[in-house]
Amino acid sequence: MPKEHTDIILQVEKLGKSFGGVVAVEEVSFELKKGEFMGIIGPNGSGKTTLVNLITGFVRPDSGKVIFKERDITGYRPYRIVQLGISRTFQMVRLFYNLPAYKNLIIPLCSSRVKRFVGGHFGERDDIAIDILDDFGFERDSFVPYKMAGTLPHGYLKRLDLAKAMALRPEVLILDELFSGMSMSEVASTLPLIEKFHEEGLSIIMIEHRLKELFSVVDKVLVLNFGRKIAEGSPDEVSKMKEVREAYVGIDVEIEI
Amino acid sequence: MYTLIYGFINSIILALYAVGFSLTYGISGIANFAHGAFYILTGFVAWNLLNHAGLPYCVSAILAIIITAAFGFIYYWILILRIRGIALAELIVTFASGVAILEFLMWKGFYGIRYSLPLFLKGGVEFFGVGIDYQRLFVILTGILFVIALYLFVHHTKIGLAFRAMAQNERTALSVGIEYDWIGSLSLALGSALAAISAIVILPLGMMESTIGIEVLIYALAVSIIGGLESTFGMIAGSFIIGFGQVLAARYIGPKWMIIVPLSAIILVLAIRPSGIFGKTKELEERV
Amino acid sequence: MKREIKKTRKKRLDRGIKARSDTIYVIASLRDIFYLIMPRFLPVLILILIPLFLGSYHKKVLIHACIYGLLALSWDFLASCGLFSLGQALFFGFGAYVSGTLNHYFHIPPSFTIPIATLGGGALCALLLAPVVRLRGVYFAMITLILPILLIKMIDTTGIFGGTHGISSLSAFPHEYIDTYLAIVSFLFILFLFRRVLNSDYGLVLMAIKDDDRAVMSGGINIYWRKIQAIFIAGSLGCFAGALITHHYQFLGISTFALDYSILPIAAVALGGQGTFAGAALGSMILVPLSESLRALGGLRIAIYCLILILSIISLPEGIFHFLSRKYHQFETIEEV
Repeated sequence: MPKEHTDIILQVEKLGKSFGGVVAVEEVSFELKKGEFMGIIGPNGSGKTTLVNLITGFVRPDSGKVIFKERDITGYRPYRIVQLGISRTFQMVRLFYNLPAYKNLIIPLCSSRVKRFVGGHFGERDDIAIDILDDFGFERDSFVPYKMAGTLPHGYLKRLDLAKAMALRPEVLILDELFSGMSMSEVASTLPLIEKFHEEGLSIIMIEHRLKELFSVVDKVLVLNFGRKIAEGSPDEVSKMKEVREAYVGIDVEIEI
Repeated sequence: MYTLIYGFINSIILALYAVGFSLTYGISGIANFAHGAFYILTGFVAWNLLNHAGLPYCVSAILAIIITAAFGFIYYWILILRIRGIALAELIVTFASGVAILEFLMWKGFYGIRYSLPLFLKGGVEFFGVGIDYQRLFVILTGILFVIALYLFVHHTKIGLAFRAMAQNERTALSVGIEYDWIGSLSLALGSALAAISAIVILPLGMMESTIGIEVLIYALAVSIIGGLESTFGMIAGSFIIGFGQVLAARYIGPKWMIIVPLSAIILVLAIRPSGIFGKTKELEERV
Repeated sequence: MKREIKKTRKKRLDRGIKARSDTIYVIASLRDIFYLIMPRFLPVLILILIPLFLGSYHKKVLIHACIYGLLALSWDFLASCGLFSLGQALFFGFGAYVSGTLNHYFHIPPSFTIPIATLGGGALCALLLAPVVRLRGVYFAMITLILPILLIKMIDTTGIFGGTHGISSLSAFPHEYIDTYLAIVSFLFILFLFRRVLNSDYGLVLMAIKDDDRAVMSGGINIYWRKIQAIFIAGSLGCFAGALITHHYQFLGISTFALDYSILPIAAVALGGQGTFAGAALGSMILVPLSESLRALGGLRIAIYCLILILSIISLPEGIFHFLSRKYHQFETIEEV
């Protein structure tokens, strides 16, 4: 259900990045309004993850700007961008496998951003972490939160990554292929969670390959190919566009969504 | 004029110190911090062959070079093989083994006036009013030859290119059929051989003692870091910058300041621009 | 006819007290309490009582062991954070020079020079190393290696702060036992303190930085600032050790920047096992007396430390402490397969 979209929270202007001779991202621009849910799709190698890295500060852009809440954050360090309110998950899950699941959450809880919202001293954070995990499907009373992260199945790891990102109380959440490697049931249990966050006012950018699930929740879609933006619009519009079909399938064919 | 010529000679000497280290790193990505130890070890071996085994100078020199090269080869298989790829472990292990070798040599009494290698040829020439001995001319010749050979090898031969490919991406190189460990050991043997040849040519200029080992390492590091580890031109530029810097410091401030030049150069470059003045790999700098 | 070959393997069983989990101990009896307390209490007791029975030479060895122990603990702390320093001598010498010069030129007594050297020296070192924190680990190691050498040469060349000959007749401690017990108490205190710190959330963040610093950054934490803090803490410790030794010998010299102070702590930690601090302590308690008894060998001792270091890195044992604690906490039986 479309909500009242007022001001623009994230603005990306003509971002560009090349690695050596390879152009990863070229002149990509878009706007994200507050509370909007945007999907980014495109074939493998189209520059989606690089785009996210550029926005979140892990890679410095060669050209272009990133503006968050009217503040130019281009080139800021990743931790600073997180502290300002943009949080992300990783395609290759980055967790601390030698620690129990709930201890993984302690790290974001130690950041200055969370201290402002939540407070918490040594000892209390353990409980806060368990609380947060409970919302993400790690039942409080079971042994699951206490298991070593390295022993958890893939679906749990993805949700742990999500929990880490959400523990930071972001205003913009960027999900990089959250559903990859998840089973149908895991997707079915995680998607409502994300929808709930959206309802609560979170602006979300979601990179996905599972178009059916993505199109059912997003407000608009951005399509990348070879580092360039080739289409932007509502899910309906985009699925009918010739360029999109060509990019994914190679020839002009009807895509069944 | 004197400053110019001796600055030039000093720079060549520094380049000779660095070339073995640079080659090993360029081929296989191994930074051999025992480089200085290998250098002085050659002198030690040559001296013993000359004075205890009674072999003629020529033979002693060549034998010493071969022995050092072989030692470098074995060194790879015994030590480096096990920690290959872990940059930090390589640094600690090679450095520690270098120190161990030097301390061992010092313990055996390897310092003092009686330890020196004879000059190749006594006498010298005059050049623009400045006297240069034949030994130093040998040094210059060797230096120029090495640098040219290094450049050609690394940039223009098939093997050289294969090596560089390997240093950049071992997986891909492996899948194309390049033998990883053989190349690693060969690179170490080559690097030690170059260090050995430099030692044979330069050591007759003065006395031998184990502290030279650390100095040579410092110079090799300074030249490589300033010039940037990936470029031959950088290495040459680095040796000239430090070489002339040293001679100027000795002339205008004081001879004791010579060693301070390369040391401060290392610190400054590492703090400000770690990939070196001419270095190409910017990813070396920041982790993020 | 084929003979049956009996295959055996070692089977390890946790002793009853560790039955539940890694972190939670189920204490059931006085015997269990004793079992837990003894490994901690006994070494402390020994260390505190032993100076009363030692002659002055052996007391010096003990002080040295504690000093090197402090350096080893400092190294272990940095290593737990991902910073591998090849130059503990940098901190050591800094502390020595700050306290020595304050004492000699300004006549400030040890009770003030030592704290100033500790905190001030630590701050200076953190400042000095701050630019390198953003680089890869190898560069940090190289800079810490080269800096002490540079400082030695600079002091030697310019002759400042006593130059090559150093400054002697600095103030001593009021009483002979003070420096001994200062060394021992601080050593034990830091050992227990560091273990607690690393088990806290703060320590967790530091260890996570070592594990995957990008992940920590994406958790909104300024890893560079944390690393600088770690350098300050470890550096202050090294400076403290340097200040202590300076007033103990009442002499200040460039030997405080010597390679010896950089290598032996690393060898000690490698021997004892990195990451547990107890390993660092154990390693230095073994190596320092050992090296004293080998004094006749002179420079060869350093070669031996280097060999120990190399062996530890290459064959990668868990270190003596891990081995011992495993033996203590587990039964080993041999069973047939």
